[in-house]
Amino acid sequence: MYQEVILDHYKNPHGHGLRAGDAEVHHVNPTCGDEITLRVRYDGERIADVSYEGQGCSISQASASVLNELLVDRELPEALEIQRTFLELMQSRGQITPDDAMEELLQDAVAFAGVSKYPARVKCALLSWMAWKDATAQALGDEATARGEQS
Amino acid sequence: MTEGHPVSDVSGLPGLLDTEAIRKDFPILDRTVHEGRPLVYLDNAASSQKPRQVLDALADYYERHHANVHRGVHVLAEEATALYEGARDKVAAFINAPSRDEVVFTKNASESLNLVANMLGLADEPYRVDSGTEIVITEMEHHSNIVPWQLLAQRTGAKLKWFGLTDEGRLDLSRIDEVITERTKIVSFVLVSNVLGTHNPVEAIVRRAQEVGALVLIDASQAAPHMPMDVQSLQADFVAFTGHKMCGPTGIGVLWGRQELLEDLPPFLGGGEMIETVTMSSSTYAPAPHKFEAGTPPIAQAVGLGAAVDYLTAIGMERIAAHERAITGYALERLSRVEGLRIIGPVTPEDRGATISFTLGDIHPHDVGQVLDEQGIAVRVGHHCARPVCLRYGIPATTRASFYLYSTPAEVDALADGLEYVRGFFG
Repeated sequence: MYQEVILDHYKNPHGHGLRAGDAEVHHVNPTCGDEITLRVRYDGERIADVSYEGQGCSISQASASVLNELLVDRELPEALEIQRTFLELMQSRGQITPDDAMEELLQDAVAFAGVSKYPARVKCALLSWMAWKDATAQALGDEATARGEQS
Repeated sequence: MTEGHPVSDVSGLPGLLDTEAIRKDFPILDRTVHEGRPLVYLDNAASSQKPRQVLDALADYYERHHANVHRGVHVLAEEATALYEGARDKVAAFINAPSRDEVVFTKNASESLNLVANMLGLADEPYRVDSGTEIVITEMEHHSNIVPWQLLAQRTGAKLKWFGLTDEGRLDLSRIDEVITERTKIVSFVLVSNVLGTHNPVEAIVRRAQEVGALVLIDASQAAPHMPMDVQSLQADFVAFTGHKMCGPTGIGVLWGRQELLEDLPPFLGGGEMIETVTMSSSTYAPAPHKFEAGTPPIAQAVGLGAAVDYLTAIGMERIAAHERAITGYALERLSRVEGLRIIGPVTPEDRGATISFTLGDIHPHDVGQVLDEQGIAVRVGHHCARPVCLRYGIPATTRASFYLYSTPAEVDALADGLEYVRGFFG
């Protein structure tokens, strides 16, 4: 479960800290008390920044770092595809072995495949991703998020 | 050396039980996890494991005696009733209740606590909780002894008050006369904290409650499994606990209440079993305890709890308490040597139970628990259904190790070594 990649992100997180943004959300995982405050800044539909601060386990913290690394500078439709694929992987209960295409899309995030075998920890891995989606809906409106999902 | 059993003396700790013999009674303690690692079960505050004697009693009941209780004239109905009511006798003796009719079977301690809260909301004077009256709890309660009172306060307009905690993890009773007042109707508090391990002083609280005529409810969920229980010497009005933390099955709890109170207070759940006569317009109720046991009760579970009580009694609650004192003292000492480990709660064995919560540097308890699990060590992580305690000490969660009669010094060593490994892993 604790892949080296995850521990690296945990110890040296990418893009940690709060910076200016178009929307801010605060998400909590009530079962374990993991918390994240996350801001998004958009330049049109390009993700200019995702900044965050939080406390929680290595899985939730590393996942936020991976999110930052993967999504910043992406166009929204592409980011939503990554988010969707990551969600699918995390909800697979260990049944999905990432193929080359998935590895290329998710990069470091495929390291979380093992976490999907632990139902109690899946929410930790998804915390920042749910927060990002929520913040994006707030920044761009639900419509843009829905449009992005359809494309 | 204690009488009867020889003492396993690997660590030179006084008062240890013969855990080698005891562990043979618990089949689950023999299993391995994660590809052959022996199970080190340190989550006893959440639920204890079950000895063969309890499992056999459950199987025997279902294989030979099962029928519904208190009705029917056939052999099985009578045997099932005798077993169910026999379990009540065993529990009554276990807690030194003056009368077996003071033992109400419930589903668990939460239901016992909720039952009292609801009885008091429905009661007539002088017990009635309503606007202008006060309910007193403490900051170290399990959610099951907080939320029912919040619900009652919201419904009735009563005021909810509580005792705070000291930095050492004990109740702050310095302003007891301001917290418990003439308006207080009920004081409900935990005997042993499920997070801090603190064993609370009963006498001072009961004395003040009696001065102002308030009722006292004690949550003994973390006490009844671990030490001799005497409801008469506690001098409370109600005592609640659950079966599954004391070697019994899940689905069975106990509410002990003083007889005159159980007679005076109204029922909460209505149904079969709790009535005397029923017409379409009204009913009269059976005497306690049946008044509070509507519907088919958890019969097998009560029988299993009776077997658990027999099991614990045969070993002796004093000896179990002594064993846990020794293990806890050893664990406190071993854990204090783990760098970066901070115990949340009393750091010495005086007036504390066998539950130890701690943080380990900045490592999140979920990570601590997961890496310990990979080594076969089962602990609890999170806020332990007592979130206000975590808020009080400014931490999001803790890791909790909790011991029982089958816990060994070697398991304490495994925990301490496991924590060193965790430190290295995330360091």
